[in-house]
Amino acid sequence: MSKFRAPLVFLIMAGMLVFVGVYQSWSVSLSILGMCLISAVMALGVNIQWGYAGLFNAGVMGFTAIGGVAAVLVSYPPVKEAWSAGGGGIGISLLIMLVMSAIIYFSLKLLPKGKLRGLLIFIVLLLGLYVARQFFYPAVSSIESVDSAVSGFLGGMGLPILFSWIVGGVLAAAVAWAIGKVALGLRSDYLAIATLGISEIVIAVIKNEDWLTRGVKNVTGLKRPVPLEAELQQEEWFISLVSRFNESKLAAISDADAKAEMLRSLVIEGSGIFVKLCYAGLFAVVLLIVLALSIRALNSPWGRMMRAIRDNDEAASAMGKDIKKRHLQVFILGSAVIGIAGAMLTTLDGQLTPTSYQPLRFTFLVWVMVIVGGSGNNLGAVFGGFLIWFMWIEAEPIAIVLMSFVTSGMAETSALKSHLIESAPHLRLFLMGLLLLFVLRFSPKGILPEKVRHS
Amino acid sequence: MSYLIGENLTGGYGGMDILNDLTISVDKGEIAVIVGPNGAGKSTAMKALLGMLDLREGQVLLDGKDITNLTPQARVGEGIAFVPQTHNVFTSMTVQENLEMGAFLRRDDIFETMEQIYELFPILKEKRKQAAGELSGGQRQQVAVGRAMMTRPSVLMLDEPTAGVSPIVMDELFDRIIEVKNTGVAVLMVEQNARQALDIADRGYVLVTGRNRFTDTGAALLADPEVRKSFLGG
Amino acid sequence: MPETIEMLNALTLFSNFVLIPGLAYGSQLALGALGVTLVFGILRFANFAHGDLMAFGTMVTILMTWWLQSLGVSISPLPTALIALPIGIIVTALFAVATDKAVFSFYRLKKSPPVILTIASIGVMFMMNAIVRFIIGPNDQRFYDGEKFLMKAREFKQLTGLDEGLSIRYTQVLTVVVALVVVIALFWFLQRSRTGKAMRAFSDNEDLALLSGINPDRVVLITWIIAAALATIAGVLYGMDKSFKPFTYFQLLLPIFAAAIVGGIGHPVGAVVGGYVVAFSEVMVTYAYKKVFVYVLPEDWQPEGLSQLLSTDYKFAVSFIILVVVLLIKPTGLFKGKVIK
Repeated sequence: MSKFRAPLVFLIMAGMLVFVGVYQSWSVSLSILGMCLISAVMALGVNIQWGYAGLFNAGVMGFTAIGGVAAVLVSYPPVKEAWSAGGGGIGISLLIMLVMSAIIYFSLKLLPKGKLRGLLIFIVLLLGLYVARQFFYPAVSSIESVDSAVSGFLGGMGLPILFSWIVGGVLAAAVAWAIGKVALGLRSDYLAIATLGISEIVIAVIKNEDWLTRGVKNVTGLKRPVPLEAELQQEEWFISLVSRFNESKLAAISDADAKAEMLRSLVIEGSGIFVKLCYAGLFAVVLLIVLALSIRALNSPWGRMMRAIRDNDEAASAMGKDIKKRHLQVFILGSAVIGIAGAMLTTLDGQLTPTSYQPLRFTFLVWVMVIVGGSGNNLGAVFGGFLIWFMWIEAEPIAIVLMSFVTSGMAETSALKSHLIESAPHLRLFLMGLLLLFVLRFSPKGILPEKVRHS
Repeated sequence: MSYLIGENLTGGYGGMDILNDLTISVDKGEIAVIVGPNGAGKSTAMKALLGMLDLREGQVLLDGKDITNLTPQARVGEGIAFVPQTHNVFTSMTVQENLEMGAFLRRDDIFETMEQIYELFPILKEKRKQAAGELSGGQRQQVAVGRAMMTRPSVLMLDEPTAGVSPIVMDELFDRIIEVKNTGVAVLMVEQNARQALDIADRGYVLVTGRNRFTDTGAALLADPEVRKSFLGG
Repeated sequence: MPETIEMLNALTLFSNFVLIPGLAYGSQLALGALGVTLVFGILRFANFAHGDLMAFGTMVTILMTWWLQSLGVSISPLPTALIALPIGIIVTALFAVATDKAVFSFYRLKKSPPVILTIASIGVMFMMNAIVRFIIGPNDQRFYDGEKFLMKAREFKQLTGLDEGLSIRYTQVLTVVVALVVVIALFWFLQRSRTGKAMRAFSDNEDLALLSGINPDRVVLITWIIAAALATIAGVLYGMDKSFKPFTYFQLLLPIFAAAIVGGIGHPVGAVVGGYVVAFSEVMVTYAYKKVFVYVLPEDWQPEGLSQLLSTDYKFAVSFIILVVVLLIKPTGLFKGKVIK
């Protein structure tokens, strides 16, 4: 039974996607699939932290957004005027901050503890910030005034956006290192609150530092790793591919004009599906790599040690395991995976919209995925990512149908009826909560539970 | 028949028996002391009497009434008071509030009992407005005993009341416990400081691996050369 | 004496934009933080659903207010919501107690680790969020129908002859007065009443409280009722002062947590102080002092910019920065809160 459980649930999941493809449309089904894959990567990241090590990271949204910023910084072409207008100022102020940090770091290392040291650090901090501001703000305002309707920021490096998936991971890891250094070691629910707060700070920075991310003006038109639909529709090989696929359908039409018309619409439809398939393929490759590495890590001596720490940190620390260091490692790794997913997400969207980052959707929903799927089990997390994203999307039409059915007895003009149908989409939040509570209560190990290991 | 009796107690945690056919009893106006080496099941024996342990066999009788199946809270209501070894006061609350909480179940006037306790532990009256967490170790133990006494219990159980206090404070605490006994309460103690405890004990139980090894009056145990050699360090 | 006038103008400016708004906002946060801190102290978990509990209570009160308004009930100049508030509290308390019975009590009996209860509270948060959005919708609702201003800026100028005006809104006064009454009542209850003391004892040392015969179910029940009442009052005051929007209330969770932790979680006095600390830091750090400096500093000393430490957009971030700093420097908070295990 348990041996077939994982293949079985994934088969059912595939069946549901096919069902949507056949009865709704393949375009919808593939859109869901793409996001399912990204969600699964995110869930893997959270699972590394929570499932392996018991770390409660409620800052998933922050790392996702950092990945998104990486996508912009890597792929967007550099804005030359902005660089020449304010690049120097930004550079100088960053340099000053760096020097300041170095001085503080070394005085913490070298000087004896005491009031004098505290005073020195305070003065350096104040002075550093003051001087940096003198360069920073003029630079920022000159950057932001460069063609502010379309750019007004420094832009990126103009590299292929696929690089950003790695860069997103690295950036997220770097931020996680800083956060982990300060916040790990807090009791689990404090860690949750601290990371929740930090993720809000990250979003606030992205929203407000226009020179870096264009802020709430959004960055649109990011480069794509896959062909554009419009270009695809002109490609000879693609048209012939579509006609080969639909040979019987086309053969049934005798009129040449109607045939061409049919082919054109099939090509348009096919191009959308083809692009989505390309994305899905890329995401699937990432997911498989991350999954394979996660499974390997979990079964390695390192993974055994992590679980030992999670299940009994006192005993583990008594055995001489450096818990804080291990926790930091796992926090960085998990956050990096989330950062990769964040970059993938922005790549898929083709734009960075800071206002779309909301904790309910990007932090807590991912948590539902991990808990429902099965924390501690990588396949469980992946399945949770698939299932929850599927339900998150499909709950809306289902709720509307359900509400229409419930209210079918009411008069067409009834205010209550229109309110109920209008409000139906909010029920998906209800469903998510219910599902989380249900699994937590009756199957706390999730749908695909962690295997009990005998060591 | 004694006032509180635990008869043929057998049980432990998770299928492992810690107590094996153990019998312990104490009468009103008496001090009974349980001593023994580490891991002998001394504290477990007390937990069994309090109902904090799953018993496989045996029964607990209070004044002839079978209380084996009562919850710990219900036993408190029946007149058994317990002073845990650690975390035995409400540190953020004042001494007086600690005593009030001890009398939480009582609906009658508790003023008189409180005065009695202040008489027994004069230092508590002096510090009654102070948070219990700010007191010294010995004073805290007095608060802990005072809190337990507020229910006007017929049985007072103490789990190592002198752990971590200085010898002088220990002597003082034992004096107070004798005074408590003299008010007609049955006192049952688990003690590490076996010699001093047996010195004030009317009954002594020496436990080894959850069984009764020696049972006699405190004085007789102190005089027994075998007990002295094996358990009292000569 | 022009000097004094300048100082008074500066003071008025400061009061108008920092002191009074900070006081009102701080009172709202303090009430919210008190609820979080009580739940943490007694049930021992961080309740992520508290913001949505506030939204729920406010929603019920708004619905009641609308109903009363439709009946023509009015206590002008006071807002109708004030009569609706008790009903909001009762319904919310029932709702909170029912939630506890359906969700949290199970884990309590099983003695699950606190983090499991926190995860359960995330589930509750989703559901409450959905219920509120389903019933009243995700949009802004204004339901304050009382008198607007106790003192208008113009009136103040006429009255005092100063250049700067001071406006005081009724909602601000109402917030501070209600918060004061509620806090005093709560502290009296916790310090003096038998049940309040039992709650403190339970929070201090659960095992010993049980040994003293304190009924844990009753303590938990009362805690939820009080937490629901505090959440509803805080939510209604905030909604009258600003406006009601479910998402804003969800976001309020963060400054409220910050307030509770800054003050020392589990510590009621700390929650109140924390509320004001967070509110005033938010307002003060993001206020542009330029105009104040114009009055108090000699001309040569005047700064060029707005003299704003952080842009207003970072307002929400300020509370998290305080939170993170406190967690790092003194995790038990200003007043010694629960020990972090």
